[in-house]
Amino acid sequence: MQQTLKLDSPQPPPAAVGAGAPGRFWAAFVGLIVTLVLLVAGFLYLRGDFNAPNSPPPQWITAIVAIVWGVGGVGALFTVLNTLVEALPEVWRARIQPYIFVGPAVIFLSLFLLVPTVLTLYLSFFNADSSAFVGLNNYGAIVTDSGMLESFRNNVIWLVLGTASCVIFGLLIAVLADRSRFETVAKALIFMPMAISFVGAGVIWRFIYAYTPPDQPQIGVLNALVVGLGGQPQAWTATEPWNTLFLILVLIWMQTGFAMVLFSAALKGVPGDLLEAARLDGANEIQTFFRIIIPYIQGTIITTTTTIAIFTLKIFDVVIVMTGGQYGTQVVATQFYRQFFSNRNFGYGSAIAIVLFIAVIPVMVYNLRQLRKQEGF
Amino acid sequence: MALANTKVATGVVATQPRVSSDRRRRITSAILVNGILAVICFIWTVPTIGLLVSSFRTRENIATSGWWTVLPHQEWASVSQMQLQAGLDLTQPIVVNGTTLTDDQLRAGFKLPNGQLLKWANRRARLVDVEESHVTANTNFNLDNYQSVLIGQQYQYTTTDGVAHTDQGQNLGGAFVSTLTIAIPATVIPILFAAFAAYAFAWTRFKGRVIMFALVVALLVVPLQMALIPILRGYTFLHINGTYLALWLAHTGFGLPLATYLLYNYISQLPREVLESAFIDGASQFTIFTRLILPLSVPALASFAIFQFLWVWNDYLVALIFLGGSPGTQVLTMRLADIVGSRGQDWHLLTAGAFVSMLLPLTVFFALQRFFVRGLLAGSVKG
Repeated sequence: MQQTLKLDSPQPPPAAVGAGAPGRFWAAFVGLIVTLVLLVAGFLYLRGDFNAPNSPPPQWITAIVAIVWGVGGVGALFTVLNTLVEALPEVWRARIQPYIFVGPAVIFLSLFLLVPTVLTLYLSFFNADSSAFVGLNNYGAIVTDSGMLESFRNNVIWLVLGTASCVIFGLLIAVLADRSRFETVAKALIFMPMAISFVGAGVIWRFIYAYTPPDQPQIGVLNALVVGLGGQPQAWTATEPWNTLFLILVLIWMQTGFAMVLFSAALKGVPGDLLEAARLDGANEIQTFFRIIIPYIQGTIITTTTTIAIFTLKIFDVVIVMTGGQYGTQVVATQFYRQFFSNRNFGYGSAIAIVLFIAVIPVMVYNLRQLRKQEGF
Repeated sequence: MALANTKVATGVVATQPRVSSDRRRRITSAILVNGILAVICFIWTVPTIGLLVSSFRTRENIATSGWWTVLPHQEWASVSQMQLQAGLDLTQPIVVNGTTLTDDQLRAGFKLPNGQLLKWANRRARLVDVEESHVTANTNFNLDNYQSVLIGQQYQYTTTDGVAHTDQGQNLGGAFVSTLTIAIPATVIPILFAAFAAYAFAWTRFKGRVIMFALVVALLVVPLQMALIPILRGYTFLHINGTYLALWLAHTGFGLPLATYLLYNYISQLPREVLESAFIDGASQFTIFTRLILPLSVPALASFAIFQFLWVWNDYLVALIFLGGSPGTQVLTMRLADIVGSRGQDWHLLTAGAFVSMLLPLTVFFALQRFFVRGLLAGSVKG
């Protein structure tokens, strides 16, 4: 697929270790020290160390300093480190340079994801304030606590119904849009909720589900429809066990567009003569769809399903905004937040995070396997 | 093959009727397809339209009538009222204006032959409304709700009964600036890191390259929750909890796997000849990267930038954990969630507030949809 170029050239150019090299090296070295000092100063400023008490600087000044500090600092650091390395003899340069390029990213990834993941695993074997080792007690609590079991049940409902609905609706809409002259408009409208935050979407749907007592006019669309058809208004998000389904509708509303976009692109990739051949052989639309199109876009279906499933696994914002986790709507991520923030139980919270992690391990393994098949690795 | 031949043959023999029936079928199917699509689009758009329309209605209107009443509709409006005798026995038939009615009929509303409706206006005071049906549209729009949510100071308003109230503004204006302050650096910094790394992964060979890239791919799907507790402790140690810095660093870390992966996919597909000729010309790796790779990668950089910007803008969990309660730095999603928690039935605040939080992402989305879609298609699995 992709041929990788070896950029460490075989014969070192003689001019590389020229007369100017030591001077450039020291200039770059001084530059590095200045950059580091500026970065630390910026860090302290942004942390608020230089602020006069009670009179923080205007927000926009902080923002500008931040952008200059972040972007300029990173750029300067790359530049001076690179100058430093390029003043080195060719052999060393070729050896060190790639690490300067990948270094910052790898350090950040390690500090913000890899090390924390290991630490979380470690913390999950300790008690609430991480002072005593408790073995598997936190995990034992997870599988016996009735609130956690309810959350697991809800999360499974979210995963199965939410993911399946998004994928099926997404595929249906992609197929319909593919045959319509209004494809662009229709797709933009369905896709739009992707741009909105879950909190915003939560407000939108709370408004749809709004409930007022029967003797007052209904201001929520759903209850107005129900009353208009002669029914009684319902408190949709407070009625167990159906409320979880009404929360899942919000997810479907938001994520179907994502599935649709991926499927739409995949459908465009199905060769026209393949479809033509099937039709000439007498296959009707439904047969063509299930026997030709579905197998052809199978890869996309798998990717889309996994992506939405991973997303749904960690669902948090919708539940918090719509019900706050009341009325039996807790899910694993809201339980994590509750243990972490309200109960300050870091051991239990960590164990819940590990459960989420275990659930994504198969996907991780699959991705790594795919990577191994890729050329260049 | 045989089947195909017969089809062609019948087509040739019976051209005229086939074409017209084909055409009719095509029109029917087009109507069907577009009809279903229109219904779906309608369902998908109505929630947002309802929110938008409501945000411009007055607080009384939102609370007492559905937002769809802004469309022309039939409505019973009171034309006059009749005072019945005080203390009238409601268990007996009631005579109003020569018509004999029961209490139940007056509660539900009773239609007279002349089209008027009789209904209790105030049952206890024995007051009856005479109503007539009008076509009306409830179009009383203003920007008051936006003013109440945007400002941070106290403000006054007067309800229809003439009573003046004072309320505290929701300060979404400040939250808007906060969110922007967080979103811009949190978008630009990871792109820079990721672009350098992606170039090195794609076009140079070094020890540990495969392991490091495997790390990137593995971390793509790690749930955020895995990292929150240890990072919060680290931040407490560094005293940066509740600052913007905390969020830039966190979003940079969380955005990097996707950024690196996306940019790697793009940069590794760049034509080999371009890079080779530059290298033969004696350009250093740094020059190749800044002069060649970055300009060529603009579409990929833009895709990721939009992705990350929307992600940071719409994020709630990360902000909630690392900004906590510090009021000066709260972002829009946090403020909005707070309003939901404290004033969940004040729809005039919620609708306007939600729309303020959606304004910028929707603009970015509609203006740059093409890039956003491309970013999605490049494979986006974010933890």
